Amino acid sequence: MTGTVQQAEKTASRRAVDRTVAVTVNGSPREVTGSLFDLLASLDLDARSVVVEHNGAIIRDRASLPSVILAAGDVVEIVHFVGGG
Amino acid sequence: MATLASPEVAADPAPLVIAGREFRSRLMVGTGKYSTNTVMIEALEASGAEVVTVAVRRVDLDRSKDEGILHHLDTSRFFLLANTAGCYNAGDAVRYARLARAAGFNEWVKLEVIGDEKTLLPDTVGLLEATKTLAAEGFKVMAYTNDDLITALRLEDAGAVAVMPLASPIGSGLGMLNPYAIRTIKQRLSVPVIVDAGVGTASDACVVMEQGVDGILMNTGIAAATDPVRMAFAMRSAVDAGRAAYLAGRMPRREVAVPSSPTTGMIGS
Repeated sequence: MTGTVQQAEKTASRRAVDRTVAVTVNGSPREVTGSLFDLLASLDLDARSVVVEHNGAIIRDRASLPSVILAAGDVVEIVHFVGGG
Repeated sequence: MATLASPEVAADPAPLVIAGREFRSRLMVGTGKYSTNTVMIEALEASGAEVVTVAVRRVDLDRSKDEGILHHLDTSRFFLLANTAGCYNAGDAVRYARLARAAGFNEWVKLEVIGDEKTLLPDTVGLLEATKTLAAEGFKVMAYTNDDLITALRLEDAGAVAVMPLASPIGSGLGMLNPYAIRTIKQRLSVPVIVDAGVGTASDACVVMEQGVDGILMNTGIAAATDPVRMAFAMRSAVDAGRAAYLAGRMPRREVAVPSSPTTGMIGS
């Protein structure tokens, strides 16, 4: 019984991962699939050199990027350090 | 005088200490407005600075330009001080500071809450609010402020680890407009006072340091010079000279001449 529930949850989460959704990244609309980590990979960005904010919450532990699955309407900000005074 | 010491140590053997951390150089520099990253790095080297400021901005996802600075800066040599430049209210400044901390280098922030686009003068009400919030979250807040003593005192009370009054508006190069105010702030605060903004050339930096302040942060004064690398060297020398002159204690001003050579033993007398 428990096994079936776990299986169902696994299938559901796989569906969420595979689904392409419309989100906003750095102020622009974008179709994405999967996790924040997948998003960075698709943008060819090194997670170590950026900071990601997801729906207003900063991802402080980069190791958690793969576990945050993007949903329709999510707002993502990807920032980095630039020259400044 | 130590003959083999670095200029910084010769000027003042005591390091600059902010929130328990020692810094060897009293000159802090920004990384903005340079024509190329190569010139920027050479200027940082020539300045002798340890603390360098950076800004937080969106990554350009179209890659029309790669503005990321971490590929160019050796973060084992330079202490990154993120700023909140461009923030016009306390909430934004706090958000930028948190983003900067999440980059994983340190919990220090050069806090700017700007009140006016034309002058870039600080919104001191928002600045105090953001200082309190960030200090409570464990940030080491270095607060960019105007040359007002009362605001400086309140920033110290709010938990700022350093207060950074302006010499004159950001990017103006006008030098120090109110030496009396800067001196008063230095005399009354317990935390270090780092003058930030307005220094246009080496003599400006020297005069600022002669007021007894603990250091200077500058960007445009170096970056906008015709030869930024040479100006960085000049600023380094000026900061050391100003610090040494302050510690040496200048002679009293007199409005009459006092001869330097003996007045006796003249021939024919």
